[in-house]
Amino acid sequence: MSDLKVNVCGVEFNNPLIAASGTFGFGREFSEFYPLSVFGGVSSKGITLKPRLGNPAPRIAETESGILNAVGLQNPGVDHFIEFDLPWLKEQNTVIIANIAGNTVEDYCAMAEKLSDTDIDFVEMNISCPNVKSGGVQFGTSCESVGTITDAVRKHCKKPLMVKLSPNVTDIVSIAKSAEFYGADAISMINTLTGMRIDINTRRPIIRNNTGGLSGAAVFPVAVRMVNQVYNAVKIPIIGMGGISKWQDAVEMLLAGATALQIGTILFNDPYAPVKISDGIKEYLDNNHFKSVTELTGKVQLW
Amino acid sequence: MDTIKYDTRPFKLLKNEQIADGIFEWTVENDELCRLAKCGQFANIKVPGKTLRRPISICDAADTTLRFVFQVKGEGTKIMSEMKVGDTVEILAPLGHGFTVEKGKRYCFVGGGIGVPPLLYSAKQAENPLVITGFRNKDLVILQDDFKAAGAEVVLATDDGSAGVHGFVTDVLKERLNGIDVVCACGPTPMLKAVANVCRSKVECQVSLEERMGCGIGACLVCACRTKPRDGEEFMSQVCRHGPVYNAEEVFFDV
Repeated sequence: MSDLKVNVCGVEFNNPLIAASGTFGFGREFSEFYPLSVFGGVSSKGITLKPRLGNPAPRIAETESGILNAVGLQNPGVDHFIEFDLPWLKEQNTVIIANIAGNTVEDYCAMAEKLSDTDIDFVEMNISCPNVKSGGVQFGTSCESVGTITDAVRKHCKKPLMVKLSPNVTDIVSIAKSAEFYGADAISMINTLTGMRIDINTRRPIIRNNTGGLSGAAVFPVAVRMVNQVYNAVKIPIIGMGGISKWQDAVEMLLAGATALQIGTILFNDPYAPVKISDGIKEYLDNNHFKSVTELTGKVQLW
Repeated sequence: MDTIKYDTRPFKLLKNEQIADGIFEWTVENDELCRLAKCGQFANIKVPGKTLRRPISICDAADTTLRFVFQVKGEGTKIMSEMKVGDTVEILAPLGHGFTVEKGKRYCFVGGGIGVPPLLYSAKQAENPLVITGFRNKDLVILQDDFKAAGAEVVLATDDGSAGVHGFVTDVLKERLNGIDVVCACGPTPMLKAVANVCRSKVECQVSLEERMGCGIGACLVCACRTKPRDGEEFMSQVCRHGPVYNAEEVFFDV
């Protein structure tokens, strides 16, 4: 029998699948379907220092093989998360990743400090949210700013730190290297690609924010390419995501260089996707005589 | 997980018929989930080839069947309208917070256009309800006989006067508000706002809202509605979970 366990920065995941931040809330709603332990880990909805109401609706639009969203980091704030959501999550027998976003470097540092004294397993620093005026992507689009914020947060964070990268950049490899150099323990990638849809009847953008982040199957090949490029340039583990919708996609992303995976948009189509994807990976490993899923990471042979 | 609140299951499509201009009726069958449905709830229906499911209100429910009435508005509902009897449809249900219908109160259900269907199962829970339905014109009129069969007094209004009363549902509602304890409304936002204004400080008003949705269960936060509960602080609620039915006084209709 093949083994689905993966170890990322000393944290053991029962399988490589992690619920992607922003698609999963804090897990309670999906726990109606199955125990959250079907996931190796859960990445929380993006948390900010103070509560945020988010953007006005509509916040979502469908695209060919994907969706655009612009929720705008609606969340109850880090203190609420620690007091009300974390204790429940801690009982779900899955790795807990706190996804944090902020307006300033100080916000990120303050949150990292608060979370360091809790039972979370990992901090995911979101410097790539495309849907808020400030609070995310402005930190994630240059090597200098990625370096500065990673360096600062690293000093305040006692938990393993993964940095979530934006694909809306000219050279994601140099940004990943900067994150690694300044102390990131892992990289998660990719966040959504900025996009826009227009209602031809009202001649207005469908999303109230005008633009939104594209996710779903449509972005998958972009994500595979970027994960592979970064895998070939850094030594820290990569949590790969972007449009993974079936087990074949999961295997592909692992071969590209991911150590673990996040799945998000597919959950809206099929909440049971993690169960099917896990089963599929296991069968692939057995059929191809791999003992462990870790053997797949980066195994693509480039031409 | 002792009792399931909602789940996704394969349903068998038993009926797919056009009942008015661009409006289709489905009956679907499943042994587990239908009996859980409460009035005013909805289902999230998987459409072949589409990333997002389509949220459609439950028009009627029985032990092993659900009935949906939907309007073809875009690509997803077009595909739904072309599905064949006998096809399997993956449906996540029942979802959301529906209408509250209590014994001993006189209810008036007010529906506009494709907002009429969720009122049928709701009207069935009330004693001798008054149902006011409004449509743009006679070609879009639906479910009149179903409401009558459920024992309701039904008033039909059309915007152009081509069937029933010439005018809006709110014109009828103003005349008939006497003796009504609760108004339950579903329809376009301007209609809901007008109904809420008619009811304000006279009778309780519940409104069923529509919003573009993602997960359908309250996790992804895309179907936001600015809300102020009577005894709480203003917050962005989720139409799929806290709604689709709200007390009208809690809703900010203008964002």
